[in-house]
Amino acid sequence: MSILIDKNTRLVVQGITGRDGSFHSSQMMAYGTHVVAGVTPGKGGTKFEAKVPVFDSVHQAVDATGANVSVIYVRAPFAADAICEAADAGIRFVVCITEGVPVRDMLRVVPFLKERSTRLLGPNCPGLIAPNARVKVGILPGNIVLPGSVGVVSRSGTLTYEVVFQLTRAGLGQSTCIGIGGDPVIGTNFIDTLRLFQADDETEAIVMIGEIGGSDEEEAAAFIKEKVTKPVVSFIAGQTAPPGKRMGHAGAIVTGGSGTAADKIKALTAAGVPVARVPSEITSLITAAAPALRRA
Amino acid sequence: MNIHEYQAKEIFARFGIPVPAGTVVRTALEAEAVAARIGKPVVVKAQVLVGGRGKAGGVKIAQTPAEAKEKAGQILGMDIKGEKVQKVLVAEAVDIAREIYVGVVLDRRAQRPLIMASAEGGVEIEITARENPQAIRRVQIDPLQGIHPYAARNLAAELAGNAELAKPMADIIEKLYRVFDETDASLAEINPLVVTKDGRVLAIDAKLNFDDNALYRHADIEAMRDTEAEDAGEGKARAEGLSFVRLSGNVGCIVNGAGLAMATMDLVKEYGGQPANFLDIGGSSRPEKVVTALTIITADKSVRSILFNIFGGITRCDDVARGLVIAFNQMNLKLPVVVRLTGTNEKEAREILKQIPSLHSAETMDEAVKKAIQLAA
Repeated sequence: MSILIDKNTRLVVQGITGRDGSFHSSQMMAYGTHVVAGVTPGKGGTKFEAKVPVFDSVHQAVDATGANVSVIYVRAPFAADAICEAADAGIRFVVCITEGVPVRDMLRVVPFLKERSTRLLGPNCPGLIAPNARVKVGILPGNIVLPGSVGVVSRSGTLTYEVVFQLTRAGLGQSTCIGIGGDPVIGTNFIDTLRLFQADDETEAIVMIGEIGGSDEEEAAAFIKEKVTKPVVSFIAGQTAPPGKRMGHAGAIVTGGSGTAADKIKALTAAGVPVARVPSEITSLITAAAPALRRA
Repeated sequence: MNIHEYQAKEIFARFGIPVPAGTVVRTALEAEAVAARIGKPVVVKAQVLVGGRGKAGGVKIAQTPAEAKEKAGQILGMDIKGEKVQKVLVAEAVDIAREIYVGVVLDRRAQRPLIMASAEGGVEIEITARENPQAIRRVQIDPLQGIHPYAARNLAAELAGNAELAKPMADIIEKLYRVFDETDASLAEINPLVVTKDGRVLAIDAKLNFDDNALYRHADIEAMRDTEAEDAGEGKARAEGLSFVRLSGNVGCIVNGAGLAMATMDLVKEYGGQPANFLDIGGSSRPEKVVTALTIITADKSVRSILFNIFGGITRCDDVARGLVIAFNQMNLKLPVVVRLTGTNEKEAREILKQIPSLHSAETMDEAVKKAIQLAA
């Protein structure tokens, strides 16, 4: 999405020298993302793959390279601090891949970012990929996407890849695929993303993949009814999830009877959003909802 | 992670929230001794991590130590909603004049802690929320400010109805928020907070659930985990870094990714089968993880078929296939296994899996699920 990432993105990778940071930095660079800097405190002065300068702090990285987007592969106990550091250094879009960040930490990050007008994606998310621009920030695989005009937003990781892969196989390319993450407190939610897709010239139709826990899908349904004119289709995972149990994702839990898949499906259906019974149905629902979609 | 009432009361007491005197015991004889020590009528309460203990007969008053022994004998060993009672809390019984609800949770929409309080205590808060929502007062807390004493005072004044009770109530509300904040709780609840006939304010019950992601910084709370009460499979999975939730069914599922794992369970049900479990094996292709997953699944004797649903994006399918082959050769499985491996290097993966001719393979998730259901029948 040209609003969030594009060829002008100058990416700094926090945690670039770690196992995940280094692996995914190579992948992002190979895909076409402009990685301009890395940050690992203590490793400043070195170079990643002999190309990318590594700094001790995000402030130094921004000063030296003009980095404007950050991606974080820092371990959970230190991730909230890394997010705040990026925002304080002037980064206005931060993508946090890290899983396992305590809720209490995120509750303090949210107002800190708001004060600095910094947008956060995640934590516990795979990031995003814009196939038309060949830019990706995060861990979404570049080999399953196809340039096109379907916007995909999801709380999940591999379920997203499954759906995107099916869309690609059907010739229905994507404008941007965004993972908002599986945690209970996240920086960018469904409504935020739908708003961006609605305003995005590249996007003609939207696929929304939700799951149990919280009320983000229900609120999105109300927003779609009022503010989204582009066709939206959805799938909600977790219809068979038992109450009170965390289903992998920290945010995927039915508490006190609320956050059930049934409630979400009901709200979306009432808002006129077709909800697929199974993931493989999404392709036919999108085609039916947006027959004019260009196929590759 | 959830803890028992007696453990939550220990934490409450540490933070200065008044709780009735009491001790947890494992035998009827010990219950009698505790009751004798307390020297007054006691309440004997099952310590299990489920709600509705009272309705199930797991909470009984005992007027004498002998009666405490009798009641404890009845409650210990009881099955309450699938949980066996291993321990009971023997606590001073109080004469209840009023019951109040006070709890702190995360308000996900507001991204702030929320204090909920109601003069209708002693009832499940979800019931009150449904049938009498205006009886619940909600106060959001700015986490950077913490709870202002005036906010606790104002809330307490509404609940207490008189100045004398308002002061101890305000104090308890402030402390309950502190517990929630400082222990990284996801829920901190007192239901009921009781006003006794002689004017004391006490937490008669205590519930604390903790953010699993924060346990790394609370070794003392992690140490409170009741591994006896934990499902063996879930405990083993947790130790190996896998996510596992037991359901009741006959199709075992092993999937990479929580959302995909949930969708897989849903699909089994959708196509007329019974998923036996949720299991997220994560992104690694290491054979040890596969062996652990298979060990946990096959420990459930009702499982009749096993379904692997793997999407390899960054994780390469041929790596996963190699891991599967090593694992299958180690395990000597008797159950039919369906493998669906899609994504990066899937063709190479399928070639590798031919080394296990007994494996059923499927190209799509739908096909894999249907096959697994058929094989389980």
